[in-house]
This record gives sequence, structure tokens and C-alpha cells, in this order.
Amino acid sequence: MTTSATGSVRIEHEIGLHARPSVKLTQLAKTFESKIEFSASSPEGPWVDAKSIVKVMGSKTPKGTVLHFRAHGQDAQVAVRALVTLVERDFELTP
Amino acid sequence: MTSRNAKKALANVGIVIVSHSPDVARGAADMVRQMVGNDVPLAWCGGAPGGGLGTNVEAILAAIDQAWSEAGVAILVDLGGAETNSEMAVEMLPHERRARVVICDAPVVEGAVMAGTEASAGSTLDQVRRTAEELRAR
Repeated sequence: MTTSATGSVRIEHEIGLHARPSVKLTQLAKTFESKIEFSASSPEGPWVDAKSIVKVMGSKTPKGTVLHFRAHGQDAQVAVRALVTLVERDFELTP
Repeated sequence: MTSRNAKKALANVGIVIVSHSPDVARGAADMVRQMVGNDVPLAWCGGAPGGGLGTNVEAILAAIDQAWSEAGVAILVDLGGAETNSEMAVEMLPHERRARVVICDAPVVEGAVMAGTEASAGSTLDQVRRTAEELRAR
């Protein structure tokens, strides 16, 4: 069954979506089948492919930004929940 | 790491870093390990056999062997000789391995992290190369 899911979360990690957080986010996104994108500006986009490390890192999203996720596919709900949790947990990186 | 990832790691594309400077090569490899993790076979080489800056074919062949994966190996190089010696090393590989090794046209440090991230997700050799080379196009 194909579903869509959305979710948003504020980045509290000190340096924002830079090198290590970008790698973590992309790696997690790639474990899901669904198409996954995020927008760092508004719930209407523009959208960045969350599975592309070059595009995620290139988004240079700073601390304090609200990330809007959207996913489409079989595991869309689980994917969005997992990604939001990763950001909430500061990308599971120790400073 | 889950057991699913551990199983996948066996099939992940390997990364080889070739720089004239052993410090650069080791440092780039450290960045891949720390940022990407341990799911990617990784090896580096750099420096002339007698010390100093340089690259050599034997060391590159040994690094390819160390990072070998059935999914293939992506090589990141810095300048001139690193690329020509890597090409020579690839030509010297056994026939069945030669088609599964690519030299990426990408900056060595950034390319290694991008390629490593892509490889850690179980992507194909071609996808790994394209991700590393996407940097160049920006």
C-alpha cells in the first residue's frame, strides 16, 4: 500500500545541517523505500531529495530552521517518524 | 547497527583514497570513518616509497586489495600521478576485477565522504561514482 506522510522538526544541533548531520540524515533516509524530501523554507517547498548526500549537504541549512519532511511510498509513515526523531536527537552526535 | 546493515556491509562498494601526501590520505580516510561509519571497506595510500610526496602503483594495488568488495571499489585521487598511477594499477588487476574498479573525477576529501555515504547505503558502484562526481558539477 502506497501512502504519503509529512512531518516537521526544528534543528537544534549547534552547527545545523552541515557535514556530519547531513551524512546521518542521508544514511537514514536511504534505508527506506519511499521517496523522501525535505524543505528548509516552507511546507510548500522547494524540496530537497533527502537521499542525495550532495543535495542535503548543499542545502546548508542552519540551526533553528524548521525542516519539513514529506515521504511517499510503502514505508512513508515510518520514514518520516524516524527522520524527525533523528533531528530531535541532535542526529545522535555528541558535540 | 542492525544485523541488516551488518549483512549489507559485506556487499558495499569499497573506497580507496590515493594522495601524494600520506597525511592527506590518512586524514581523508579518518573523515570517512568518523562521518560515515564502519559499513564501508576503506583503504588509503600516499607518499613515495622512500618517503616524501608521491604515489606508487604497488601501494595502490595493495589498497584496492584491502578495500576489495564484490560490489567493486571506487578510487579517489588528488593530482596528476595519483590518477595515472591509479589507472596503471587498475590495468594490472586481474581481468575479472578490472571492470569493477572506477576512478572518480572528484575532489579527494569531499569526494571520499560523498562516495562513502553513498556506498554505506548499499548503492551500486555506478551510483557511488555519480554521487562523488556530482560535486564537480556544482
